[in-house]
Amino acid sequence: MTATTAELPAANAPAKPATVTLAKAVNTALADAMAADERVVVFGEDVGALGGVFRVTDGLTARFGENRCFDTPLAEASILGTAIGMAVYGYRPVVEMQFDAFAYPALEQVVSHLAKMRNRTRGAVGAPVVVRIPYGGGIGGVEHHSDSSETYFAHTPGLHVLTPATVADAYSMLRQAIDSPDPVIFFEPKRLYWSKAALELPVSTGPIGTAAVRREGRDATLVCYGQSVPVCLAAAEQAAREGVELEVLDLRSLVPLDEEAIVRSVGHTRRAIVVHEAAGFAGFGAELAARIAEKCFYQLEAPVARVTGLDIPYPPPKYEHWYLPDADRVLDAVDRALAA
Amino acid sequence: MTLLDLTASPRSASVTAGPSWDSQPLRYLDEHGAPVEGGLRPSAEILDPATLLRGYRALRFARAFDTEATNLVMQGRLAVYPSCRGQEACEVAAVQALRVEDWLLPTYRDSAALVLRGIPAVDALTLLRGTWHCGYDPKAWRTMPQCTPLATQGPHAVGLGLAAKLAGDPVVALCLFGDGSTSEGDFHEALNSAAVYQAPVVFLVQNNQYAISVPLDKQTHAAALADKAVGYGMPGVRVDGNDLIALGTVLDAAVRRAREGGGPTLVEAVTYRMQAHTNADDAARYRRSDEVDQWRRRDPIERLATYLTALGTLDAAVEGEIEEECAAYTARMREQFAEEPGYHPDEMFEHVYATPTPRLLEQRELVRAELGDATDAPGTGTEQSR
Repeated sequence: MTATTAELPAANAPAKPATVTLAKAVNTALADAMAADERVVVFGEDVGALGGVFRVTDGLTARFGENRCFDTPLAEASILGTAIGMAVYGYRPVVEMQFDAFAYPALEQVVSHLAKMRNRTRGAVGAPVVVRIPYGGGIGGVEHHSDSSETYFAHTPGLHVLTPATVADAYSMLRQAIDSPDPVIFFEPKRLYWSKAALELPVSTGPIGTAAVRREGRDATLVCYGQSVPVCLAAAEQAAREGVELEVLDLRSLVPLDEEAIVRSVGHTRRAIVVHEAAGFAGFGAELAARIAEKCFYQLEAPVARVTGLDIPYPPPKYEHWYLPDADRVLDAVDRALAA
Repeated sequence: MTLLDLTASPRSASVTAGPSWDSQPLRYLDEHGAPVEGGLRPSAEILDPATLLRGYRALRFARAFDTEATNLVMQGRLAVYPSCRGQEACEVAAVQALRVEDWLLPTYRDSAALVLRGIPAVDALTLLRGTWHCGYDPKAWRTMPQCTPLATQGPHAVGLGLAAKLAGDPVVALCLFGDGSTSEGDFHEALNSAAVYQAPVVFLVQNNQYAISVPLDKQTHAAALADKAVGYGMPGVRVDGNDLIALGTVLDAAVRRAREGGGPTLVEAVTYRMQAHTNADDAARYRRSDEVDQWRRRDPIERLATYLTALGTLDAAVEGEIEEECAAYTARMREQFAEEPGYHPDEMFEHVYATPTPRLLEQRELVRAELGDATDAPGTGTEQSR
């Protein structure tokens, strides 16, 4: 809590919502889910006494005990597979992959089992597991700490793939993910962990599979998610000073994809720029560009543009400012779209 | 806690202490069906003639099922069938060691274990018939879907065992592996995690000497697969996989130990895959027939039959009864698999998510529209599988 004594409200006044970080919102969602449902268990590497390397699981073991939040051996495939077994038994596991690139050893368990359990058993058994993955760059992380790996998962039928960009979404979407009967890959934008906003609970920001318009505009739509959302908002702010009104659509959910919201927005603005940090080639933006072309072809005034990470292995910290899509790169693409 | 009651056995020291360092498999019957001098000492319960006869019936049943499934693949009724011929004692012992509330985690070679567990043959063979992936309800049968990616079922067993432990349920998970699986990373992760959590899991490796064409000596440099247990801090036991009495003794002890909170055990059952990997394989390319002949003489069924006959428990009349039971079962299998299976393309979209996404509904309509254009579309129009 950041409120000082001087700021504390009078006893009979309505409580002012606390300003919290995105990491704290995730932490609160985990705690509230564990309090609400004793089937919810949290486990992963360093999530116990340490509270996770990003402190997202801080205090959960102390509050709920080692049977509800516990450290595992350093073995991602085993963490995922154990979660699958526990989910089949009746638990609601929420597991943490410590960093994006450290989730790869678990990929076989995700692709071959987690995603397929409901389907292969004709609906008899689901696998309600939430896999939390801090992802993305811009934190000065050394090799293997800055990947945007969402497309590997979005390409796998049977998974929901979510990524919040706001404090309220981090709380609300994680609660929904834990309640979901299907497996959810929950990508947490690690650069935004320390971004702050007021969080008034309870909060529900809309069901899984719905996008949110973060800023309305008439001239072009920036389609984005995760840590590209604040980049696009900054670009829209700059553009507005030059009289260009950009709409910012935060997808929130990659799978299921809110195609209606995309079509509604692009149908209105007639121009679309897709923005993400992951490499562009065969990236999620390619799917978005193709869907927009299929559904909005006759409304489009310009080709759909993609502003993405470069098609290179994620670079060292000293280079990453050249890699990451920033507001200028977005605005250059906007200029090209408006000139078309 | 002692794993096995081996009092007066020369091996008792090494095994009751925990991990087995002895590469000679534990055995009760020799290859000719006679009790081994100084061998295992099974409990009176296991040596009870009625129990042994029940085991023998199950062995014969497993062989009959396996033979019929092999026939069905040749008749085109199954897409593929990995036979467990020669490994029936492992299939029977695994199932008989478990209670109905325990979990079994089978591989693609363990179809016999599924039917021994009580799953109808048509449901057990759904995967290999190709009419769906898993044809039975895993929760109803406490049996996970047959696992094809090697060793990936290991961590699931840990999860099921850990869940039971956290819930306070006296439930055990028994995970089947082949020898090839022991080279996989998930095997290591599963055994290590199970030991750390002290999860009630029994890992049974059916060492049938081959992973498709690759023999065991190209799979491991260890003297025995059971020795791997040492590194995980759990007992490892090497047992004759063609000796039902020895297997039952070892697995009963391991399951009891897990149920009582003693943690996991690795059991290596030394056996042999008498058939090729599947009907699509040609074993003559990588192994000699005299090796197969040598193992044919160690057949698990004949071995027990010799012993039971000597005991007077088994005679021609009982053999006849068993023969009839098996014949009736396989005749029913033939009838069932002669029926055209029912399946409908809509089902492809129904179970991907609890609620289909808009995208899947679009694609379902696409397939429906395509079928509307076609006549006599194969596999459509029946409701049997719905």
